[in-house]
Amino acid sequence: MAERDLAKVLSDLTPARLRLGRAGAALPTGAALAFQLDHARARDAVNTALKPDGLADALGRDVIVVRSQAADRKEYLRRPDLGRRLREGDEAMLPTDGCDLAIVIADGLSAAAVHGHAASLALAIIERLGDWRIGPVVAAHQARVAIGDSIGEGMKADLVCVLIGERPGLSSPDSLGAYLTWQPRSGRKDSERNCVSNIRPPHGLSYDDAADTIVRLLKAAQVRQMTGVALKDGEGLIGGSEQ
Amino acid sequence: MAAYSVSIGSIRHRFADLKTLLAAASPPRSGDELAGITARSAEERVAARIVLADLPLTTFLEDLVIPYEDDEITRLIVDDRDAGAFGSVAAMTVGELREWLLDDATTGEMIAALARGLMPEMAAAVSKLMRNQDLVLAARKIRVVTAFRNTLGLPGRFSTRLQPNHPRDDALGIAASTVDGILMGAGDAVIGINPVSENVGTTGDLLRLLDDIREGLSIPTQTCVLAHATTTLDLVRRGAPVDLCFQSIAGTEGTNRGFGIDLALLREAQDATMSLTRGTVGQDCMYFETGQGSCLSADSHHGVDQQTLEARAYGVARHFRPLLVNSVVGFIGPEYLYDGKQITRAALEDHFCGKLLGLPMGLDICYTNHAEADGDDMDAALTMTALAGVNFIMGVPGADDVMLGYQSTSFHDALYVRETLSLAPAPEFEQWLTEQGLWRDGKSVEPEGLTLPDRMLALANGHG
Repeated sequence: MAERDLAKVLSDLTPARLRLGRAGAALPTGAALAFQLDHARARDAVNTALKPDGLADALGRDVIVVRSQAADRKEYLRRPDLGRRLREGDEAMLPTDGCDLAIVIADGLSAAAVHGHAASLALAIIERLGDWRIGPVVAAHQARVAIGDSIGEGMKADLVCVLIGERPGLSSPDSLGAYLTWQPRSGRKDSERNCVSNIRPPHGLSYDDAADTIVRLLKAAQVRQMTGVALKDGEGLIGGSEQ
Repeated sequence: MAAYSVSIGSIRHRFADLKTLLAAASPPRSGDELAGITARSAEERVAARIVLADLPLTTFLEDLVIPYEDDEITRLIVDDRDAGAFGSVAAMTVGELREWLLDDATTGEMIAALARGLMPEMAAAVSKLMRNQDLVLAARKIRVVTAFRNTLGLPGRFSTRLQPNHPRDDALGIAASTVDGILMGAGDAVIGINPVSENVGTTGDLLRLLDDIREGLSIPTQTCVLAHATTTLDLVRRGAPVDLCFQSIAGTEGTNRGFGIDLALLREAQDATMSLTRGTVGQDCMYFETGQGSCLSADSHHGVDQQTLEARAYGVARHFRPLLVNSVVGFIGPEYLYDGKQITRAALEDHFCGKLLGLPMGLDICYTNHAEADGDDMDAALTMTALAGVNFIMGVPGADDVMLGYQSTSFHDALYVRETLSLAPAPEFEQWLTEQGLWRDGKSVEPEGLTLPDRMLALANGHG
């Protein structure tokens, strides 16, 4: 098989970076720069700050903005424990009249994913839960999944759905994950959550498909009064682990 | 119990016990900071090293970092130790051991003879007194040679694990990456897949895929699907073509239980795999992965620093005389190894400690996108560990693992090392590459008109 044909045949079989060619032992210039571009995008996704104003506009509703105890990105990356806790005093901003579902939008490791997909997904979820009491959307800076536990607890929510930027892959800087937790309160384990990940149209899950799955899980959680490994979706979803 | 203290100027530095001293003496590391066990100042860190340097090695026999009663890894380390092999260095301090290891008169054979007498904690301790170049110089002396269908770790050799992962375990996708790697001379350490699914059926299918390709082309190497040891055990019983038993291991009993294993299970899995006697030039059939930070991540670290715990994992590994061991340095994330500097340091420590304890050490030199690291950092870590004589590294197409979502070393990176340091693949594999026209005059080449890719894809076709 000629080299060009082989490269085509192999590359059609996998997204891996195959048949990149060689400049001696090294990469050709084009392939070297393509890799750098993808890494640069992933790095930018990690370091981009969450912009909650855009979220409020896109959702067409007010957004309560809170922070974790991690002061900045550097501390966030080094101290996952701080990213899981709500900043002292921010709890006072949360309504306490109770709700069926609290939606938290957290930057996680990719604000790019949040800016790209979170509002559309949140609207798709809300639209499917017409008769549910849904609290105001909370946006959280420098936050990990478990911050939803304190937020949901503060809001007296039965369930919390955390939409969070996942760890960027080289070819997927903007992948969003959704983590569902029944009776959120601090100390919940990852095995007590359900996760839908790789929400990233057009390459990953679409908003409609993701929202269908999330809502199916939410309704099942409400009936069975639980989330986690014991609550499986018909499509074989498993309990999530954090990012 | 020994007193761990020193006066420097007007300050008296005290350390409560050996594990506190070891943690304080460790180079800065985000995982130890997260655990809250690092030195409180730069001076205290050096003070700890000064105390450590004067500590007799025999101290480690008395002050166990994790009690014997509490942890089966401690029991294995203590019971496995060959006091006779310890003889030549028994009277030394940690600082003297460092100088002995670096001394021109100390050969690799002399160090290898000592391996079974050393406790992992002693290896960790001496590494904390060593700069990066010391870790290269001392490790470079030690060769650990193992064999299955080829011979790994010989002088002048440098091997790779071909890692053809696919996000859906697709047989043809895996075959495509395997073709690319073989054409670039990769895969002599093992052709090893990280499966997406832990399902026994899928794992068995992937094993048969790799075995058909290897057998069909008579490639002198071994294959592996990196599933849990219980899955491998199951597959051995079902008659699947299992070359190697893979398992992730760590340095505390609690962490290993979190991985779903204990020493008894590892023994059972090893016995089962070895009973198949599928090796041709040797029967070393265990493949272990380790990595700093796993015990803290599993909340089972006992206040011991992550590098000492990593060395204890090597205490587990060496008991099973593995074919391959690699530390995965940098996958776990910046809360354990923050940046390129910490990743490079950890790679050199892990390689040195593993070799000192008699292990055939390889490395997965890698980073995630939320770590402060990039390709330049990987080049520095790769070059130094290759100089130190690492047995093997990973070979991932374009350095981008599309299943695990991290960046490791590439087929090209391995060519760079072989080129700059004049290293060749394992001898049996080099011979095969030469016969295929893929290796000539000490270099990887790719002639026009090869039929090999078509033959490989044809062998994979029935598995789609």
